Amino acid sequence: MNRRSLLAGTAAMVSGMVLRSLAATAESAMPVAPDDPSRVPGAAPTPYGQRSGFEEAVRVPRSWWASLTPLQDSHGILTPSALHFERHHNGVPVIDPAHHRLMIHGLVEQPWAFTMEDLKRFPAVSRLAFIECSGNSAIEWRAPTGQTVQQTHGLTSTSEWTGVALKTVLREVGVKSDAAWMLAEGRDAAAMTRSLPLGELIEEALLCYAQNGEPLRPEQGYPLRLLLPGWEGNTCIKWLRRLKLGPAPFMTREETSQYTDLMPDGTARQFTMVMEAKSVITSPSGGQRLQPGFIDIRGLAWSGRGRIVQVEVSTDGGQSWQQTELQEPILSKCHTRFCLPWRWNGEHVILQSRCLDETGYVQPRRTALVAVRGVNSVYHYNAIQSWSIAADGLVSNVHA
Amino acid sequence: MCMRNALMIGLIAVLTVSILWSSEAADQNERTHGYGLGRPATGQELQEWNIDVTPTGEGLPPGRGTAKQGAAIFAAHCASCHGPTGQEGPMDRLVGGAGTLGGQKPVKTIGSYWPYATTLYDYVRRAMPFSAPQSLSPEEVYSVVAWLLHQNGILAEDSILDAPSLAAIRMPNRNGFVPDPRPDVQRTETNPF
Repeated sequence: MNRRSLLAGTAAMVSGMVLRSLAATAESAMPVAPDDPSRVPGAAPTPYGQRSGFEEAVRVPRSWWASLTPLQDSHGILTPSALHFERHHNGVPVIDPAHHRLMIHGLVEQPWAFTMEDLKRFPAVSRLAFIECSGNSAIEWRAPTGQTVQQTHGLTSTSEWTGVALKTVLREVGVKSDAAWMLAEGRDAAAMTRSLPLGELIEEALLCYAQNGEPLRPEQGYPLRLLLPGWEGNTCIKWLRRLKLGPAPFMTREETSQYTDLMPDGTARQFTMVMEAKSVITSPSGGQRLQPGFIDIRGLAWSGRGRIVQVEVSTDGGQSWQQTELQEPILSKCHTRFCLPWRWNGEHVILQSRCLDETGYVQPRRTALVAVRGVNSVYHYNAIQSWSIAADGLVSNVHA
Repeated sequence: MCMRNALMIGLIAVLTVSILWSSEAADQNERTHGYGLGRPATGQELQEWNIDVTPTGEGLPPGRGTAKQGAAIFAAHCASCHGPTGQEGPMDRLVGGAGTLGGQKPVKTIGSYWPYATTLYDYVRRAMPFSAPQSLSPEEVYSVVAWLLHQNGILAEDSILDAPSLAAIRMPNRNGFVPDPRPDVQRTETNPF
C-alpha cells in the first residue's frame, strides 16, 4: 500500500466516523448497521454519549405539564436521567448556576445566602431514592384507564441523588427554636412552593445538585432541588431558591387547594406526604402481546416508609399468590425489582402483584382502597394493578 | 513626597483595610456554625424573593382594590384560561361549587374549597397570569382577588380589599381539612404474606 492510498483510506474512515456520529445525534435517524460490524472500524469517541440509535423508549406526555417514564422498557432499578418522569407547574426554567443562590431566612439567626459553589463545598452525601408524583395512577380510581404501564404508573423514577444534607446547611445558618415549618420555593414561573414540617424531614432531606453522577437535568431542578425521600414528588421543590423557617404552615395553594385528598364525606386530608407501598408488573404489561411458553414476570415495588421486604404475584386474579424473588440491591425508599419465572399456557388469565414493606404495610386491593377513600381523592392511588392476558396474548388494563 | 513614601503609605493603607476586612470575616465565621460558607442575604434579595403571604396576613403589601376594579383585570388577564365568569375554563374553575364536596361530582373552587383567602393573594401574585407571572401590581392583585371573592359570594362588589380586610375573611371551607390518618386501609385478606 502506498502513501496516497493510505491517506485516502484514512480520510474515508474519518468521514465515515463523522457520518456515523452525526446519525447517532439525530434521534429520529435509524442507524444502518453493516452486515458484519467486525469487519468495519467503529465510531470515534464522542464528548457526550448517546444511546444506540436502535433504541426508541421515550417519555410520553401525560399533558403539557407532565411526561411519563417508560417503565415497560426499564431494567434494574435505576431510571436514566433522560427518562426520569417530569412534572412542572409552568415549564422548565433556564437558570445560570453562576448567578443562582439559595436564600434561607425567617426564624434563623440571620438571613443567609449560598451560591452553588458554597453548597458544593459542604460535605457531599449521595443516596438512591425514588421520586413518585402523588398523582401517579390517579387516572385509575374510577375505571381502568391507562393502556400501558407507562400511562398507569409512569410518574415514578429512581435515581442516585447527590448534594448536601439539609440539616448541615440549616445548622450552618442557625435555626431558631420556635421554627417548626419550612417553606421551600422554586425559581420557576410558578414559583412552586410547599410548606414542610421540620421535625420529620430533617434527617433524610438533601439539597441536591447532582443526579446519577452528573449535574441535575434542567427538568429535574437544575441547578438545585430538594429531595425528601419517600415523600410525594411535589414536596421535592425544584429550581430551589428560598427556604423560609416559620412557626406554622404557610398554607400555599399547593397544600390547600391542590395537593389535598378529598374524602367521601367532603373533608379533605392535608399534608399527606408519604407515598405508601406500591408495586406493579412492568412485563407483561398493557399493550404487549405474549407468545405461549416461558415468561419472566418482572416488576417494580417501592415504599415511602422504607424497604420492600416481599412481593407476591398472582396469576389467577388474586385467588392464590406466589412469592417472587427480590433482586439486589434492596434499598430503603427505592424501586425494588422483583421477578417470577412462569409459563403461560395460552389461556385467559389475570396477573397481579402486591408488596409488603418493612413497617408491615401491605399494598391494598382497589376495592379496599376505594371503600375507605372513595374515588374523588385524586392523589395517592396505590392499589394492586391487574393485567388481563387474553387468549390471543394481548395484555390489557382491567380492574379485578 | 518621594515615591518610596507614597508606596509605603499605600502599603499601610492596604494592610489596614485587609486586617479590618479579615477581622470582619472572622466575626462572620464565628457567627456561623462550622464551615464558614455563605454570606448574609442582602436586603434587595429579601425584598425580591420574600413574596409569601401567610394566613395571618403576614407578607401582604400595602395597597387596596375592589371587585369592580378587578372585573376588568380578570377580563384582560385571566378570562382566556378561566372563562368570562371564572366557571367556564378550560383551566381550573374558580367560582361556584358550593355544597358539592361530599357528592359524586365535587367541584373544587376558591369558594367551595380554598380554606384561606390570603392564599389567593399569594398564588395570584407568585404564579399568575400564567403567561406573565409576578407582573401585576399590588392594587391589581387586590382587585382581582376581590373580584374572585365577590363572584363566589364572599365579598360585596364595592368592598375595599386591603391587607387587614383580606386577612379577616373567613372562607366557607375553612374547617374542611383534616390531618393525614394513614395507614388507613386495613388488610382485607386473612394473613397475606
